[in-house]
Amino acid sequence: MNTLNVAVDEFETSIADVDRAEVRVDVRNLDFFYGKVRALKGVSIPFVRNKATALIGPSGCGKSTLLRTLNRMYALYPGQRAEGEILLDGENILAPGVDLAQLRAKVGMVFQKPTPFPMSVYDNVAFGVRLYENLSKADMDARVEEALTRAALWNEVKDNLKGPGLGLSGGQQQRLCVARGVAVRPEVLLLDEPTSALDPISSAKLEETVTQLKADYTIVIVTHNLGQAARVSDYTGFMYLGELVEFGATDEVFTRPATRRTSDYITGRFG
Amino acid sequence: MSAGKLVRRRAGDAVFKVFCILVTAVALVALAAILWSLLSQGLGGLNLDVFTKRTMSTGSHGGLANAIAGSIMMCALAMALALTIGVLAGTWLAEYGGRSPYASVVRFLNDVLLSAPSILVGLFVYELLVRPFHGFSGLAGAVALALLAVPLITRTTEDVLQLQASTLREAGVALGAPLSYVIHQILWRSARSGLLTGALLAFARISGETAPLLFTALNNQFFNFDLRHPTANLPVVIFNFALSPYDDWRRLAWAGALLIAGAVLAVTIVARIVAQEQKRS
Repeated sequence: MNTLNVAVDEFETSIADVDRAEVRVDVRNLDFFYGKVRALKGVSIPFVRNKATALIGPSGCGKSTLLRTLNRMYALYPGQRAEGEILLDGENILAPGVDLAQLRAKVGMVFQKPTPFPMSVYDNVAFGVRLYENLSKADMDARVEEALTRAALWNEVKDNLKGPGLGLSGGQQQRLCVARGVAVRPEVLLLDEPTSALDPISSAKLEETVTQLKADYTIVIVTHNLGQAARVSDYTGFMYLGELVEFGATDEVFTRPATRRTSDYITGRFG
Repeated sequence: MSAGKLVRRRAGDAVFKVFCILVTAVALVALAAILWSLLSQGLGGLNLDVFTKRTMSTGSHGGLANAIAGSIMMCALAMALALTIGVLAGTWLAEYGGRSPYASVVRFLNDVLLSAPSILVGLFVYELLVRPFHGFSGLAGAVALALLAVPLITRTTEDVLQLQASTLREAGVALGAPLSYVIHQILWRSARSGLLTGALLAFARISGETAPLLFTALNNQFFNFDLRHPTANLPVVIFNFALSPYDDWRRLAWAGALLIAGAVLAVTIVARIVAQEQKRS
């Protein structure tokens, strides 16, 4: 395997063996500012094709901020800006003139709290698809079924597709949001603490969904749940105070953390 | 906590509670008195003629039908105008304007307009649409009423949109939808009962306004469905009839007042039910 050392900076970032050809999203020397506050400091991290990468770290460390740069969600808010490079398929998505709608169609996102739209289950899933594709009724039906199946929700809602999305349980709503995201066939799927508002059983189901989705998507998941990071991810980045402290294969990071801070966090000494 | 302090606190609590109850009672008694005189005087004047006959000279057994029709037309037109402007302005303030200087100016002026005396609005429209065209018109009346409703609708629209979770907005945008699409497909839908409540409250506000109509729509003895001409309306008819020395006119004025109050009450009840539905879903 052609391996290179990545994510080296002046801090104690460990070195991961990542096949460059498989890198889908390559973050290089990223700085992020909320007004004058610098929330990310020179972060470089690769996200590998068809793998899940977990971002862990204490609250306020910048992991959600990093996630929100990947689809430029921050652009909704004046005063927030990113500097550096994020290459998606070789193109810098931070460059001016990037079509944000198209970027976001390629990079889907699931949020911490379920956010079903005030419409039927079917329309929730079809919402994004209708923006880009003019499908026949039959094709749309098939697409909706496919997305709901992938999100492991189809069996629970197939008899009530016309029912309101808001009428589902919290766990179902979150899987509906996953279905909505995958229905537009993105390349990358961002998950921002997707199970923090869910009960353990729903969380387990969602984790299973994420594991299955890896086959087709590049997944980035922010989580406070270290067990979850260990279960679903192939790579893990540990962040602290806006820096990427350590990055590597998940089992490496969890069993042989390269830095003291990472091992302190993982063993629960702080965070 | 010392025993003395506890006793003082309880006493203070009791005094305040009694004070609150008294003040509430004063407000309720006033409301009951108004409703009572309205019902006792208005019900007597209410009969089929009120709804079928136009206003006539005293002693001719007239009704209020032309004024009812005029009020409905002007209120409907005013609401159509006010909803278009108010919902768009409120949406702009909530979604695009943010804290920009221009948005602050718009917000401030809207608040000024919100508390502007309605008679001033009437005079303004008189100068704008009555004097230049040498005539009172229902159109001018509708514009005056719309001007009263716009700030209310703008404010409630901005408020209810800001109450929508920012994650809902982000979730729509995250799918690659333009913000404008997210607003009218998701946010308006999600806020629809709040928007409706605001519209109903604005309607309640303008349905009884007299002062702005005195300078604009004026009045008309006859049915008029062409809003370029003076148009009869309930508030001005009530105003004229109530001040007259004739008993039959005064009875009609009471009946008209009862009609407006009834319409506003109905609208408020609808608004309440809608708000309840919102909470449940």
